[in-house]
Amino acid sequence: MTEDVLIVGAGIVGAACADALAARGLTVRLIDARLPAATDAGMGHLLILDDNPAELALSSRSLALWRQWRPGLGAACAWTGCGTIWLAANGDEAALAMRKQATLAAAGIASEWLDAPALARAEPALRTGLAGGLRVPSDAAVYAPRVVSWLLARHPGRIAFTPARATRIHADGSVESSAGRLHAAQVLLAAGLGSAALCPELPLFPKKGHLVITDRYPQQVHHQLVELGYMASAHQAEGDSVAVNIQPRPTGQLLIGSTRQFGVDDTRVDPALVARLLRAAMQTLPDLAGARAIRTWAGLRPATADGLPLIGPHPKRPRLWIAAGHEGHGVTTAPATAELIAALMCGATPTLDAAPFRPERCLAHA
Amino acid sequence: MNARATPTLRIEIDGRPVDAPRGSTIAAALGLGASRTSVSGQPRAPLCGMGVCHECRVQVDGIQQLACMTPCREGQAIRTGDARLQALPTGDAAPPEQRCDLLVIGAGPAGLQAALAAAPSGARITVLDDNPAPGGQIWRSGPRHRAPGACQGLLDELARHPNVVLVSGASVVGLAGDRALLVETARQGWTQRFAQAVLCTGARERLLPFPGWTLPGVTGAGGLQALIKQGLDVRGQRIVIAGSGPLLLAAAASARRAGARVMHVAEQAAWAEVARFAAVLWRWPAKAWQAATLFDPGFRPGAMVVAAQGGGRLQSVTLRTAGGDRQVPCERLACGWGLVPRTRLAQLMGCALDAQGAIAVDARQQTSVAGLYAAGECTGIGGNERARLQGRIAGYCATSTAEAPPALARGLAHWNRFATLVQDRFALREAATRLADATTLVCRCEDVALGALEDCDGWVQAKLQTRCGMGACQGRICGTAAQALRGWTPTPPRQLTGPARIATLAALTERQ
Repeated sequence: MTEDVLIVGAGIVGAACADALAARGLTVRLIDARLPAATDAGMGHLLILDDNPAELALSSRSLALWRQWRPGLGAACAWTGCGTIWLAANGDEAALAMRKQATLAAAGIASEWLDAPALARAEPALRTGLAGGLRVPSDAAVYAPRVVSWLLARHPGRIAFTPARATRIHADGSVESSAGRLHAAQVLLAAGLGSAALCPELPLFPKKGHLVITDRYPQQVHHQLVELGYMASAHQAEGDSVAVNIQPRPTGQLLIGSTRQFGVDDTRVDPALVARLLRAAMQTLPDLAGARAIRTWAGLRPATADGLPLIGPHPKRPRLWIAAGHEGHGVTTAPATAELIAALMCGATPTLDAAPFRPERCLAHA
Repeated sequence: MNARATPTLRIEIDGRPVDAPRGSTIAAALGLGASRTSVSGQPRAPLCGMGVCHECRVQVDGIQQLACMTPCREGQAIRTGDARLQALPTGDAAPPEQRCDLLVIGAGPAGLQAALAAAPSGARITVLDDNPAPGGQIWRSGPRHRAPGACQGLLDELARHPNVVLVSGASVVGLAGDRALLVETARQGWTQRFAQAVLCTGARERLLPFPGWTLPGVTGAGGLQALIKQGLDVRGQRIVIAGSGPLLLAAAASARRAGARVMHVAEQAAWAEVARFAAVLWRWPAKAWQAATLFDPGFRPGAMVVAAQGGGRLQSVTLRTAGGDRQVPCERLACGWGLVPRTRLAQLMGCALDAQGAIAVDARQQTSVAGLYAAGECTGIGGNERARLQGRIAGYCATSTAEAPPALARGLAHWNRFATLVQDRFALREAATRLADATTLVCRCEDVALGALEDCDGWVQAKLQTRCGMGACQGRICGTAAQALRGWTPTPPRQLTGPARIATLAALTERQ
């Protein structure tokens, strides 16, 4: 059977695109060598990103769509409306927080500055001596693998899954795979870093990240706690960096990130970097020292040079579409990505300005 | 020895004073009490008795620890139930890094023998062991169980070698980079660097789910034996022992000696298999003698415990024989389905496993990774004598370029045949893997029932979709069960062998 769209990659972005396309009445087949939902290094943090207007537009639209999904998500999707507190270590970072607050306000997103005593009341487990924190109450967290299962089950009969490895995308739009050649009217490449293997001109590169998760403890952290230095680390272009990001899971576990490494494309855990991350995390949250980590792992974020994902048609290859390069924010931005792809594919007017995400910006020489 | 003659010390469990025999563990002091409340609100008590299942994690003077691995000390305050996040007490900082030439992991028969065989080389040798005292499972000592002469003899000999350091109560919790491991004790954590290592990580029990297996009072068979040696008071208690393998009789003997009433020893293997096993035992006179001394009047081959009942704790079990099912009232059920090699650390370190799931070794006991050796039950279940020979070969070969001495190699071949015999005669019957129903919990850490796994077609999917294997024991209990029940192959972890204090992970510094 030939579907309307063949999606290569069944992670959160592929699943959200399948859902959005199926909602428009199209039939979709996803192909992935691994299980749907095999998201590796995501924390499932749904956060407003405000480094540039395009990122802000994509993430705030996504958060709005996440809120539409929310009532349907089962308990296993582990939605927590925990909000984020951006931690300011000193006066400079406090000034950064104020600017952030203004940017968010301009986009209609409420946030609240907590001075040192208010921060200590909101999160008593934090270290003393912080200048304060910016609370963004609308941020949330989910368990992405279960969200993927939920998305793939929302339109029965219109979404199929083939457990196979895609090996080549032909000029006629068909896809060669370990399960034979698959045909569809359109092909959407949503395989994260793997997209570059199938479409080598895509300028994606790996940013390796580590995560640590603890055993269950009675809830003592209430918000996702992120160092304001995080965005600086997230956009750094070389060297290893660490920025503390602690997420309270509904289980009582704490999920601890984040690290960034360039030029590494294996997912082996680097114990020295994990140690560096945890030293920083213990400094932020001293009570972590006695907690038990039960698992550490690493994954590769699919990054682009300008920090924005590639969303839209391939400029040179008819029938091929791209939704990749979401770096560490694929879970946050999957819904608006999917909405954009579905609108563009169906010739509808997108809710967002598609221009900043157009793949051709990075494919000038393709 | 008369229990009443044992000197006692006083600890506090949840604010209530408890007298425990000196030298016992906290798990033993818990007696019939629960150690924690599960995710779905069930009371739980120690299960494995050897640091694998994490059911007995409690807070000891504010630090989360496994009750079965922690000795009682005068005045200790134990809290069962949920641990809180809290900073570590200060003042116990270990040097962040230790170095040795040869690292021996495990101080059971194989590890002690390996260290002793390597000692004359003059290499700096460190032996790490997670139990409170050396000897491993088989030579476990406690308030009423002194280590046997063979064990004491090895320890005395080792003490004459100043280049050998033995550290008890120290667990290897994960990888710290090339030729380096993260190690922690109750209060300290450090990075242990080494040039070569001998893995003597032993075995653990195969525990299979059946209705009621999560009730306090249900333990492993080896688990009960370990807990009794740790000082558990079972006097007057009615105990049913069930499962498979020679360990059942050993557990029964320990329980009887400790004053318990052993009601039944239900061995799943048929009489014919047990008889065929006994018929060839003369080839291993030590084992024949052991079997004779262990024989138990309650021994019933072809019998199985298929369910356990009780409100909040065990009150009875359902015993199934050819004659049908019947209820047997009891306070304890000790149920184990043989032993499986402990290979997690070896897998993390890159060592290949053999077809039976044990660490693959060559004639010099070297694993697939150069410089890493393995000896004892972690290379296949075969008993103490085999483990000691392997340990001697590993210790010798790790510190010499020569081949293993021929006499040791011949001895090992003899005991390898015994290992094969045990494996064949006590092979797991399919009925044992069909005891659980849809509501029976498979994963005890996350309380995932068998029914929830129905739609999953593999271990990874089960983890992602149901949280099976995602809890504190990281799938050691349910992964082994899923392997037996569903034929799934649990994936090894990436860095950690089990829960590790954040402070231990954070102590690792970049290599100078």
